[in-house]
Amino acid sequence: MTLALDLLLAGAILVVAAWTVAARDGFAACFGFVATGLLLALAWVRLGSVDVALTEAAIGAGIGGVLLLNAAARLRGQETVDPGDVARPWQARGIAALCTAVAVALAAVLLALPVPAPGLAPAAAAALPPTGLGNPVTATLMTWRALDTLLEAVVVLLAVIGVWSLAPDAAWGGRPGPQVPPAEGPLALLARVLPPIGLVIGLHIVWAGADGPGGKFQGGAILAAMWVLAWMAGLVRPPPVGSRRLVLALVAGPAVFLMVGLAGLALAGSFLALPAGFSKPVILAIEAPLTLSIATGLALLLLGPPARAA
Amino acid sequence: MTAPYALLAAALVGLGLHGVLAHAEPLRRLLAFNLLGSGVFLVFGVVARRGAAAGLEADPVPQAIVITGLVVAFAATTLAVALLLRLHGGDPPQD
Repeated sequence: MTLALDLLLAGAILVVAAWTVAARDGFAACFGFVATGLLLALAWVRLGSVDVALTEAAIGAGIGGVLLLNAAARLRGQETVDPGDVARPWQARGIAALCTAVAVALAAVLLALPVPAPGLAPAAAAALPPTGLGNPVTATLMTWRALDTLLEAVVVLLAVIGVWSLAPDAAWGGRPGPQVPPAEGPLALLARVLPPIGLVIGLHIVWAGADGPGGKFQGGAILAAMWVLAWMAGLVRPPPVGSRRLVLALVAGPAVFLMVGLAGLALAGSFLALPAGFSKPVILAIEAPLTLSIATGLALLLLGPPARAA
Repeated sequence: MTAPYALLAAALVGLGLHGVLAHAEPLRRLLAFNLLGSGVFLVFGVVARRGAAAGLEADPVPQAIVITGLVVAFAATTLAVALLLRLHGGDPPQD
């Protein structure tokens, strides 16, 4: 029964993904991509990775889908294709053969993995009690893989700088994203009714991430989505890119994380090490500003560069 | 138990790679590249599930790396979209 469910789900994802690649229109392909992401979130639940499922649904399919659909709508009929980029028939056959070979080889390797599988689960479970956390994935992100998490927060910041740097000269210093007229009808109602609920859910997911599925990236994505919804309805405006408060919100998380990391060098013996017995409060002190920075960063990435002067 | 998802991961990598190579429109390549990434993440998911031990449903270390990967992939996609819109997108629709 469960095998049938897994086969059905995997088959459905494959069909939607194939349609994403084969669809005639970029806009339709984006819908296929969002559907693939949502079904993949279910696959992650089946694989026992609920934290990843939440991230895939919130970031991969959710705000990623909004980003790509907006891009597809604006690029419709505008994209110029370099004739040299169009595959000739013999090239298309070669590409198909190569990709089939890669997929078959990867499948063979994955099916031939050793049993019992080696892993770090026992080590992670044994190291869990000293952190004061109940969710081993959050503990992994905040302790023994903290360097990854720090760099990831910095990558979001770098992406914001990269996107902003694409602003036309005349628009530099303006507010990010196109100007949105006040919406009427269902969108205006939704943008007023949903954010209070979404804020509670987003913050709950951040808080619950200590002991159950959730965390700052998933919760931060929901908080960012709520703000972007209010922005789409014309209810809020982003501050200009030069705003000191905006910049502070963006860098607070990585800066606090970096300072705690350096303090660990002095107090606990190595970079990013947490002092024994104080892990939980220190992790909370990092996660609070990090959530703010991630939510701000994700929202700004969705908006894009400033499009008009301040 | 994980075999359907292992096969799906391999197929997604193949499909995504095909889309990146065979499509000429930049946005379609970007979508296909993200599918390729989803396949790679799913490989991690299969490995995590197989490494379930000590009462955990799946090995937390590959899961944490996938969460990091998803956020980094999203950041890279936004940068690629911003570049595409700057190259081909013309003016924002409200102007």
